Amino acid sequence: MNGPHDLGGFQGFGPVRPEPNEPYFHAEWERRALGVVLSAGAMGHWTIDESRHARECIPPASYLSASYYEIWIRALEVLLERHGFASREEMDRGVKLQDGTEPKRVLKADMVPAVLAKGGPCDRPVSAPAAFKPGDRVRTRNMNPTGHNRLPRYAKGKVGVIEAVQGGFVFPDSNAHGGGEQPEWVYTVVFTAPELWGEGADPRQTVSIDAWESYLERL
Amino acid sequence: MSHRHHHHHHHDHDHHHDNRYSDMEARVKALETVLTEKGLIDPAAIDAIVETYETKVGPRNGARVVAKAWADAAFADWLSRDATAAIASLGYTGRQGEHMRAVFNRPGVHNLVVCTLCSCYPWAVLGLPPVWYKAPAYRSRAVMDPRGVLIEFGVTLPEETAVRVWDSTAELRYLVVPERPAGTEGWSEERLADLVTRDSMIGTGLALSPEGRA
Repeated sequence: MNGPHDLGGFQGFGPVRPEPNEPYFHAEWERRALGVVLSAGAMGHWTIDESRHARECIPPASYLSASYYEIWIRALEVLLERHGFASREEMDRGVKLQDGTEPKRVLKADMVPAVLAKGGPCDRPVSAPAAFKPGDRVRTRNMNPTGHNRLPRYAKGKVGVIEAVQGGFVFPDSNAHGGGEQPEWVYTVVFTAPELWGEGADPRQTVSIDAWESYLERL
Repeated sequence: MSHRHHHHHHHDHDHHHDNRYSDMEARVKALETVLTEKGLIDPAAIDAIVETYETKVGPRNGARVVAKAWADAAFADWLSRDATAAIASLGYTGRQGEHMRAVFNRPGVHNLVVCTLCSCYPWAVLGLPPVWYKAPAYRSRAVMDPRGVLIEFGVTLPEETAVRVWDSTAELRYLVVPERPAGTEGWSEERLADLVTRDSMIGTGLALSPEGRA
């Protein structure tokens, strides 16, 4: 979807403000937010793709004025309600009012090191051979689906070169919506800055994206 | 004048930030409380997660990878061909480091990493991302005006240097291997690692020079 998250090429946010010696957290609630989001995700009832889509569905004015941990929390509340774990009222009041979905598992402290060390690999075998090889010229599709999609707006309908074949990966467009993993080949595609940004762009600059095969058309 | 304006703007921003922050404190507390009461999460697991990313998994991991690549040509070659395996050989694996790729700076080529669509970042080697990495200013401009962004980090690249921006739109996570500073011949990996900053591994900085370190 063309949501507020798709920020490449958006103008008007002002300079980047690096913070010297930035702490990992700026408030205690950020620590708790990180842990709550990871713990709830570890129940195993939604995919990372569904989480990302919940974040990008936050209304633009809210998304753009929120800190990233706030974005995480707002999206988590949507997921918890959608999957029957907690109602809006329960989350607002901070009390249990009724039973909800039984979790597949609950992350306990002793499980944390192993769960974090394992992560969530999303490479998968793909039976069909890769359609493209390094050096091939491709055009990204010009598509504007309303669901989850990982082709940024700035790189739609653009001509680039396949730089690398990265292997088969879970397809987020289906996996975010309960449509299964449907793995596809992923490619690193390199564009010149003039192809993306036109007049005045730096001819020595390139930008790459990692694109699923169905985002690409042969030239 | 511009300084005054800047200050005023910054003050407003902080004020807004404060209100929003206290709202979030209550909101997250309510959420943790109800999820704990429902038996869905364990507060001790949250403590363990926070401790991991505050004390164990951070940019020191990535610095060791880079230092080894500088000191050991065979490792650098492995890192360029199969970054996930090379990095795992040093013990750095897991969440948001499952699929790694290393990109190497060299004379005339500078690499910069961004995630324009969310906040994808190589946690296993760099830890949690800084606020600016996840904020709109960086995500919007890194792909369009990387030289301008670099100037805001105090890095002015020669005009002839090619900038390669890597937008992390899939599950690959990128680690920039900065150029090894001059005057570090014969240094141990441990000493070299002290020159490798977090920003130099995102591409918004360069490795420190031995003088800068001293």
